Amino acid sequence: MSVLLTLCLLAVLAVAGFVLCRARALAVVGGDARRLHSLPGYYGWHGAIMAAGPALLFLVLWQIGQPLVIEERLGGYFPQAMIADEAAETLILADVRRIAAGLEAAIASGAMTAEEVAGLDVAAGSLRDRLAATGVALGAEVAPETLEAAQAYRAMAHWGAVMRSLLVMGLALAGLAHAIRVTGPDFRARNRVERVMLALLMLASTIAILTTVGIVLSMLSESIRFFGFYPVTDFFFGLTWSPNFSGNSQLGLLPLLWGTLYISAISMLVAVPVGMFAAIYLAEFADARVRAVVKPLIEVIAGIPTVVFGLFALVTVGPLLRDWIAMPMGLGNSGSSVMTAGIVIGILNVPFISSLVDDIINAVPQSLRDGSLGLGATKAETVAQVVLPAALPGIVGAVLMAASRAIGETMIVTMGAGAAAQLNLNPFEAMTTITVKIVSQLTGDTEFNSPETLVAFALGISLFVITLCLNIFALWIVRKYREQYE
Amino acid sequence: MNDMRLVERDVEQVTGKIEARGVQVHYGEKHALKDVDVTILDRTVTAFIGPSGCGKSTFLRCLNRMNDTVASARVEGRITLDGQDIHDPRIDPVQLRAKVGMVFQKPNPFPKSIHDNVAYGPRIHGLARGKAELDAIVETSLRKAALWDEVKDRLDAPGTGLSGGQQQRLCIARAIATSPEVLLMDEPCSALDPIATAQVEELIDELRAQFSVVIVTHSMQQAARVSQKTAFFHLGSLVEYGETGQIFTNPRDPRTEAYITGRIG
Amino acid sequence: MSDVTAGAPGAARGQSLLAGSARTRARRAREWRMKAYGIAAIAISLATLFFMLATIVIDGAPAFRQATISFPVTVEAAIVDKAGTRDPAAMGKVTTIGYKRLLSQGFIAALEARGIDREGITDKDLTAMISDDAAARLRDRVLADPALVGQTIEVTAYATGRIDGYLKGRVTRESAARDSNVTPAQLDLADRLMAAGMLSLRFNWGFLTGPDASDLRPEAAGLGVAIIGSLYMMVLVAIFTVPVGVAASIYLEEFAPKNRLTDLIEVNISNLAAVPSIVFGILGLAIFINFMGLPQSSSLVGALVISLMTLPTIIIATRAAIRAVPPSIRDAAMGIGASKMQVVFHHVLPLAMPGIMTGTILGLASALGETAPLLLIGMVAFVTNFPAGPLEGGVMDPATALPVQVYSWASRSDPAFIERSSGAIIVLLVFLVIMNVAAILLRRRFERRW
Repeated sequence: MSVLLTLCLLAVLAVAGFVLCRARALAVVGGDARRLHSLPGYYGWHGAIMAAGPALLFLVLWQIGQPLVIEERLGGYFPQAMIADEAAETLILADVRRIAAGLEAAIASGAMTAEEVAGLDVAAGSLRDRLAATGVALGAEVAPETLEAAQAYRAMAHWGAVMRSLLVMGLALAGLAHAIRVTGPDFRARNRVERVMLALLMLASTIAILTTVGIVLSMLSESIRFFGFYPVTDFFFGLTWSPNFSGNSQLGLLPLLWGTLYISAISMLVAVPVGMFAAIYLAEFADARVRAVVKPLIEVIAGIPTVVFGLFALVTVGPLLRDWIAMPMGLGNSGSSVMTAGIVIGILNVPFISSLVDDIINAVPQSLRDGSLGLGATKAETVAQVVLPAALPGIVGAVLMAASRAIGETMIVTMGAGAAAQLNLNPFEAMTTITVKIVSQLTGDTEFNSPETLVAFALGISLFVITLCLNIFALWIVRKYREQYE
Repeated sequence: MNDMRLVERDVEQVTGKIEARGVQVHYGEKHALKDVDVTILDRTVTAFIGPSGCGKSTFLRCLNRMNDTVASARVEGRITLDGQDIHDPRIDPVQLRAKVGMVFQKPNPFPKSIHDNVAYGPRIHGLARGKAELDAIVETSLRKAALWDEVKDRLDAPGTGLSGGQQQRLCIARAIATSPEVLLMDEPCSALDPIATAQVEELIDELRAQFSVVIVTHSMQQAARVSQKTAFFHLGSLVEYGETGQIFTNPRDPRTEAYITGRIG
Repeated sequence: MSDVTAGAPGAARGQSLLAGSARTRARRAREWRMKAYGIAAIAISLATLFFMLATIVIDGAPAFRQATISFPVTVEAAIVDKAGTRDPAAMGKVTTIGYKRLLSQGFIAALEARGIDREGITDKDLTAMISDDAAARLRDRVLADPALVGQTIEVTAYATGRIDGYLKGRVTRESAARDSNVTPAQLDLADRLMAAGMLSLRFNWGFLTGPDASDLRPEAAGLGVAIIGSLYMMVLVAIFTVPVGVAASIYLEEFAPKNRLTDLIEVNISNLAAVPSIVFGILGLAIFINFMGLPQSSSLVGALVISLMTLPTIIIATRAAIRAVPPSIRDAAMGIGASKMQVVFHHVLPLAMPGIMTGTILGLASALGETAPLLLIGMVAFVTNFPAGPLEGGVMDPATALPVQVYSWASRSDPAFIERSSGAIIVLLVFLVIMNVAAILLRRRFERRW
């Protein structure tokens, strides 16, 4: 019985559970719902949950557990030498699965009967050709161990499916029976149902933790593999980045880090003054009508996808800077440059900074402004000497968050900064960043056993750690700041 | 050593410092102040009393053009300081506010050190030549505000760390550091405990020697204790203005009497 | 000496207010400067925004119009159906090369019939003015309707990218002289074809409905696959994120006790909202593709990755909406004996719904423009086959997405693709505008002030 069919049956049982338990609850009290502890619907839901819930949970666990158990057993079919290292074992197991699937497909399409398949052996003719005829392509001829393992795999998978169906159905029926049995006027169905709902709500909220764990684990495990191929110190302190898929790569982080920080610094030079002055003007000087028009317009910038800014950098800003500044000043002839990417990221970050700073300035109590104005300070003096110092921690937090966004920005640098990893001071040279290299190492045909690919995970975790530290620090500062005025 | 002069001025001083004629204030649609005429004397404490929302704070904020900072406010009528129209387009409200200082309802020290709080006004107005002079102004102001002895050892501590009463006296010191001629106080004791209130009231009485003080209060006892002149506002109109003793013992308007005796408000 | 009545120096008592000092003027000038900086900052940001949008609209608008050549073609049975069976299966053996010959013959014949001077342009160069795509389309058309064999039909074919560029002003005679793909003579001919009405710019539905095309055929490249891919992803993202996001928000706002776990969740949500999007791409590649074995380039994996990325945003918006429901409503419901769960689902959630929807639409809008993580899970691949329908497992088929298509066209060498890329942005922005307007209308319609 397939998983899909099992799920359908479970759904049917759940509906049955709902109908039966609701009807029984009403029958027990002779149709007088007031004598029930809970509304009749809750008894129905309880029945449905009891029928489908445990069975579903069991099904999921089984689906996770079965392949692990089968793989464990399949190991016994191969000589130790063949599965000595992990990579080889993975490949062989993949072969076994593919052949088993091929045999299954052959039976399904009628090319072979089940008996024929069971009686197959390698000598009986080229299995590869026969499978190819049913549309299953194999890379190489099948080893006898592999075929044997594939047969065993099929047998175990079949047995597993039967067991799974029986157990799941059994569990569902048992749950249903239990639900019907306990249904009665004194049974607190609503509390039970609500407890299950609460558990589901809580489960949903833990997804944030699961995602973080997923991010860290996935990057960490591949990074560890990478450091098996490539020395840690060479990665973190290497001054050269020249990946070479035929080997002998130099994968030093520093040139990428330099490009990342240089571009981020330029972007902050654009975004911080522009964003701050815009926010100060809007919060302190602009009248309500101007504010109502300009603020949403600036926020439009934040709603535009970064790939649009990337194209703008590539097609417009890059050539503009090259033709009007870099070439006349003899600083290079590259359209992609640190300056291009920096300026465009800066513009992208303006609304981010201005809206955060706007919020922070507005959180400064009006009484402080009155105090300053009442002493005869101008608005500018009030802003510069009272409001901004009071808002300083919050502003620092906002700036740090913007910096973390600039460091993690990908599309603009991919399209506007270039791909040359170098340690250079000239902002009109093309340089590259951590994110650009993650993209270039992981797109296209990649093989997950070479350091040139795996380095992307080490880059990823470096990026993650940098931005995480900045964000945690920034959030901490902002939170402290908020508490000050609450 | 100034006691003699103080006593003399108590009765003699009748120069009009601020004259308000036909002052009207609108907040958007709301007519907050209707046709107010008042003459505020120099070196006198004038109290504005009345139920909340009667326009007394609004009128106070007209006197140093703080209402300019409220976008929806519209002020009409003529207010003069020493005979000069404060709405004269040639007058910068910034300079006006240096002459007409203000202390607010809630103590609002800046998040700076005690010293910098007091030095803020002199700094922006450029009243001190050099650090020594600035320090002198800070000390004088803190002494006038009767706070010096309490804070002289911790001038670098943040002003926000002081107690409520100290904070309000710090704000008063901050206001007098720009050597204003008029000091406006908007319910300066409403956020303070009775002991701090007593200290501030005592201070107000001393300030009268140099400044014309205008105090808004909703406490009639406070008005009676500290002021020489009292104005009673009701529903945006000035109902009665006169000697404090006369207002509290012999009000001419029945509404004033009703308020004094607690029947309205 | 400690005469407290001594006024501070510099502020003479009774000095006229009219005597505005130089210092005050300087202070006013500083204030004016601060204002000017603010206005300049706003002007810079808005000017850049408008400049960017203007360049994109100017670059991209021509993508919606396409140079097409119309002429009659005789579908010769001798070429497309040698056996004469009219059986599509047999006719399928004839490749596009045969149809290209038909087109070539038809085009040359049309020139002669109209008396248009070809000025010594070789047959090969003449045929090269018609997109390779035309042969494939003609083939599809004939295979779909074998009755056309032997007839003369009117064909409307795309001109090549260079001729298209000439009509739009991108290609000039000077650039053509340096270009190996087009000759000035072909451009002269294009002028004469225009005069004869055979060549014209028409609205290009193919740009919106067709699949991507190779580097050599920019004129045939379309957004069809990308639009479907984005559509699949958005629907899936909504299906994944809304229930989970709402459930998580309800738990955190209404039920969560103040403990370590709750704190951990809170910290995680705010940090995930700030994790660079590319990191989610790495997560998707490692977990969904390498570990779980889901198909690369599929909209399903794209949707999973984008969902994880969008969830924090949606949770934050949803929580704000739930928090905006005043406690008095909860107290009232609790007061008549409703359980906490009933209060939430009968009262709080319905009242918070407009806010949740608005937040969700805005979250989806930002998800629609997300590019970087999709590059890593293979959606940048060159996909010319439409994914299957949603019920036939189309979400598992390779697809691209609108923003990814923008990127992949922008990285091709032919400048004609920059026009396409900008055109794709226009389509993307139209979708974003629609979503944002929907969110604004929703907010206006249901806005409630407590």
